[in-house]
This record gives sequence, structure tokens and C-alpha cells, in this order.
Amino acid sequence: MNQKSVTSMQRVLTTLGHREPDRVPVFFLFTLHGAKEVGLPIKTYFSDPDNVVEGQMRLLAKYRHDCIYSFFYAPVEIAAFGGEVIFTDDGPPNSGEPVIKTTGDIKNLAVPDVKNTPCLEMVLTATQRLKERVKDAVPIIGVVMSPFSLPVMQMGFDRYFDLMLEKPDLFAHLMKVNQAFCVEWANAQLAAGATAICYFDPISSTTITTREMYLKTGFTIAGQTLAKINGPTATHMASGRCLPIIDDIAATGTAAVGVSCHEDMALIKSVCRGKLSVIGNLNGIEMCRWSSEDAENHVKEVIAKAGAGGGFILSDNHGEIPFQVPDDVLMAISEAVHTWGRYPLDWTAGK
Amino acid sequence: MTDKLVDAFTRALLDVDRLAAKQIVQNRGHDTSPVKFAEDVVLPALERIGAGWQAGTLALSQVYMAGRICEDLIDQILPPEDPDRKNQPKMAICILSDHHKLGKIMVCSLLRASGFDLADYGVMEVDDLVEQVQKDNIDILLISVLMLPSALKIKTVKQKLAHLGCDVKLIVGGAPFRFDDRLWKTVGADAMCRDASDAVSVIENMMKGMV
Ligand code: B12
Repeated sequence: MNQKSVTSMQRVLTTLGHREPDRVPVFFLFTLHGAKEVGLPIKTYFSDPDNVVEGQMRLLAKYRHDCIYSFFYAPVEIAAFGGEVIFTDDGPPNSGEPVIKTTGDIKNLAVPDVKNTPCLEMVLTATQRLKERVKDAVPIIGVVMSPFSLPVMQMGFDRYFDLMLEKPDLFAHLMKVNQAFCVEWANAQLAAGATAICYFDPISSTTITTREMYLKTGFTIAGQTLAKINGPTATHMASGRCLPIIDDIAATGTAAVGVSCHEDMALIKSVCRGKLSVIGNLNGIEMCRWSSEDAENHVKEVIAKAGAGGGFILSDNHGEIPFQVPDDVLMAISEAVHTWGRYPLDWTAGK
Repeated sequence: MTDKLVDAFTRALLDVDRLAAKQIVQNRGHDTSPVKFAEDVVLPALERIGAGWQAGTLALSQVYMAGRICEDLIDQILPPEDPDRKNQPKMAICILSDHHKLGKIMVCSLLRASGFDLADYGVMEVDDLVEQVQKDNIDILLISVLMLPSALKIKTVKQKLAHLGCDVKLIVGGAPFRFDDRLWKTVGADAMCRDASDAVSVIENMMKGMV
């Protein structure tokens, strides 16, 4: 393929079809760096969708990567449920005190109305305006928390484990509410212009729950939920491990999986080949102290392990680049992908 | 003998079989004190489970349930105020500037189940923490974080404590440290644990250095 004529969208679709495009696509899943680009404090940046549009567009031009990320932050969904979002100056916002404090709160939990919730509307507006800017040339990746992973923020992790492991009826009720919300939220983003939805589901990862538990819970929930989402999805483990459940994840109907830097990418690729595309798996936290040379070496390593045959998008391993990662490291990653990611990957022969 | 007991106890914990675990505790010999049982059976079982999590063969849900079951069992035979727990450095634990409690809950369960006692400061910001540590004359401070910016704040805690001349050892843990194995040194900690069950051996080593 002639590189000039290939858009990011074509490149990504080709790789998702398990074929080799002109080069390895790279997704910089930026949230906070947009604020840096437009010179605003993080809280102010996320208070107006136009800031996010501007931030994403500048990042796209600067790093020459292959997606727009319309994700603001995970607790936006908690705000929709009436919870608190706590901002900091140098990192992602966090959810505050749990909205679910008692079992009664679960029974009374209402599904937020996606179209009439200001914090969600902001994300939808940003998505729409980004779509007007990039049209069909660049995929826009929207985000939802899985119904199975959201409760950690809704009720606290320890109490969620207790619910999941010891109160099946209430757990099922919470899943029903969360599923209804998740489907509506995903579909609203698709309608606003998102190309695909990234389904964040780290509670399903084997770092957090056993495969046995997953098959009874996260797996079934994902299957049901993804079937109702009107567009392509990728499942992200947010840097939790997933090798033992790869086949199960593929069976939920998702097109790709975001994997941890704690996984062996060659092994992951060998089990995913032809059925699931792999997204990953640079270590965002370690990236804060990488040199340009480290960046290049890590990029080369992951391309050598997972690039052949397509079905691979280079990215960080969590679905968000930490605010502390310096621009020159990001630039080095981008340059390394543009240099070493060109197909055919002849230089990897024998590696 | 102890090995077999540890095997059986580990199995009971992984099966979330409270009854079987309780029976093992109750059937310990009369000459086995609660502290000795905690050291010889409970802790090795929890360390095995923690090591399994680090290796990716066990899930956090199993580590969490195991810690909770043990904490309950040990509280029954070794109440928190028991004089047997007293011969220890003064320890406290907190979550720094973060809202994620699970790591701290798990470390508390584990230390209590292993016969240790410690003050729980809950969620703290840098200045309040430094003041409290100085006031309580803490020997070992354990800090749990989940977010990277919170981890980076430990550096300031360390600097402020040093400035006040507080001779306190810092043990840190939480996800960011598991993703960058140099981070604990960067923030000036004395030790890092990848899992709650690592804490006991680290504390014991520090105690050796303190005498
Ligand atoms: C599950 C998960 C989620 C879930 C639930 C999160 C939650 N707890 O609230 C969801 C999907 C909601 C989520 C969302 C987000 N997440 Co998240 N998530 C994870 C994941 C996979 C596990 C986190 C977790 O809670 N683990 C359970 C705790 C108990 O584990 P732990 O901290 O490692 O603790 C163990 C040991 O480290 C040790 N330990 C812990 N503390 C201490 C202390 C001492 C003294 C000792 C001895 C031991 C010890 O004991 C524990 C058990 O053995 C991690 C990645 C990973 N693989 O770990 C990312 C991770 C925590 N997430 C991260 C981020 C950034 C986020 C978001 C901010 C993203 C965003 N922009 O919105 C949100 C914020 C959520 C919120 N609450 O506001 C980052 C945080 C680091 C950073 N980059 O700043 C991580 C580390 C991913 C990464 N690799 O970068 N996430």
C-alpha cells in the first residue's frame, strides 16, 4: 500500500481484519496530555468539550498516531450515578465516597438517563465535534466501564468482593442496572460519532478474579452486554492479566483485547492469532523514566513479538498514558513505530 | 507435620472453606500458642497465596478472602489487645492522598492474622501524616497507594520526616510499585512489597536492624 494514501482508519481496519497494513497502527490513549497541549489545568480542561476537542486534535497532529480518544475519565460514570469526582493537578480524577452504601441503595439504584446527564453530554458533544473534524479518516475510540467492573467505584472494592462472592441475588440486580446503563452509554457514544467502544473490564482479568468466577460472572455479562452494543468493541484489561481467559474473551464477541505489560506478548499473540486483535502493551508507569533509547527498544521488542500478520495495535498497557510521561519519550515512541513498524517487518526475521 | 498443616490450611483458604480452616486452628496442639500458630501455619499459607498472585496463578479475590478468613480466626484466638502482640515496633499504616482502601485493608488483615498490631490512620494527606507519625513516635510507617501521583507524594513525606529528625522506616506498596520496580527507591522508601504477605518478612528484617 502507498503510505501517503492510507488513512488511520484504513490502517486500523486492515489490522483488525488480521492482515498487514502499511505499518503497525499506534494508539496513544491520551486523556490528560490534552490539558498540557492546550495549557489548562486538568479540571478546567475537562469542564468544556471544546478543550478536549482541541487537545485531541493537537495530540493527533503532534504524535502522528492513529486514533482519537474521546474518553474523559472513568469516574464520569460515577458522576452520572450521583457520585463525586475528585480532581488533582497532576493525575486522573478519582471517584470519591461510594454512592452505594447499603444493600438498600442497590435495590433503589436507578439507571442514569444518558441523554440528560450533563457530565455524559459533555463527552457526547466532544465526540460529535471530533467526528466533524476527523470524519472517517481517524477512528474515534469511546469508552465504557463494564457493568462488572463499575461497582468497584460505585461501592468500594472490599464491599464489592463481599457482594460478588456472598450475595448473588443483589449482585445480579446490580449487574442488571449497570448493564442497562452500559449499553445505553455505549450506543449514545456510537451515535455521536465514536467508531468503536473500548469496554474496560479489569475485574474480569485473572489478576483480580479466577477463571471459574469469570465464567460465572464477567464472561456472561460481557457476552450479553456487547451483543447489545451497536458497533465494534475492544475489551481492555487495564493492565490486569488475561492469558488463561483469551479464548473466553474472544467468545464474548469482542474484536480486540488490551493486554498487560506483565504478559508475554509472543505467547498472547500466538493464542490470539486470527481471532482477536491485540492492543498493547507498553508499561505506562515505567515510561515516566524511559530514555528515548528505552522507548525505541520497547517498541521494537513488542513489534517483533506481536506485529507479524496484523491483528496488532501498538499502545500502552492500561488505556491511559500517565500525566508524568514526558513529551520526548512519547515522540520517541511515535518515531520508533514510524521507523520500525513498516510492513513487511523484514528486520524481525530470525527474532 | 507443619508442612502438611500449611498445605491443608492453604487449601481450606483457597476453597473459602471457613469451617475447615477453623478446625485446623482449633485442633492445634495445646503447646502451640496462638502467636506460634500464626507464625508457623497462617503466615506461610498467606505467603504462598500471595506468591501465587504475584506469579499470576491466583487471583486477588482469593488473596482477599484468605486474608479476611485468617484475620477473623486469629482475632478469636489472639485478641487485638493480647499482651502476646506487644513485643513489636510501633507501626502505623495509611493510604496516602488516595481513595482506594483495598490494599490497606489487605495489609491490615495480613499483619493482624500474623500476630502483629498496628495503628490504622485511614486516608491521610502529607502534612497530617507527618504530624501524626511524629506525635505517635512511629518506628515503621506503611503506606499504600493506587494512583501514581499519590506514590510520588511519598517523597515529600520522607523529606518532611527527615527534616523533623524522625527516624521512621517507610514500607510502601500498591499497584504503581508493581509496575515500576525502581519507583520505591525514587520516592525514598526503605522497602517495597509487591503483595501484602511480603510485609512480615520485611518488618522482621527491619526489627533485626533496630535492636
Ligand atoms: C481494577 C482496576 C480498575 C477498576 C477499579 C479501580 C479501583 N480500585 O477503584 C476501574 C476500571 C474502575 C479502574 C479505574 C481507574 N483506574 Co484502574 N486499575 C485497576 C487494576 C487492574 C487493579 C487495581 C486494584 O484496585 N487492585 C487491587 C489492589 C488491592 O491491588 P494493589 O494496589 O496492587 O495492592 C496489592 C499489593 O500491591 C499490596 N499492597 C498495596 N498497598 C500496600 C501497602 C503496603 C505497605 C504493603 C506491604 C503492600 C501493599 O497488597 C495488595 C494485595 O496483595 C490496576 C492495574 C493492576 N494491574 O493492578 C489499574 C490501575 C490501578 N488503574 C489506574 C488508573 C489510572 C485508573 C483511573 C484513574 C483511570 C481513569 N483515567 O479514569 C480510574 C480511576 C478509578 C477510581 N476509583 O476513581 C492506574 C493507576 C496508576 C496511575 N497511572 O496513576 C493502574 C495502576 C493501571 C496502570 N497500570 O497504570 N481501574
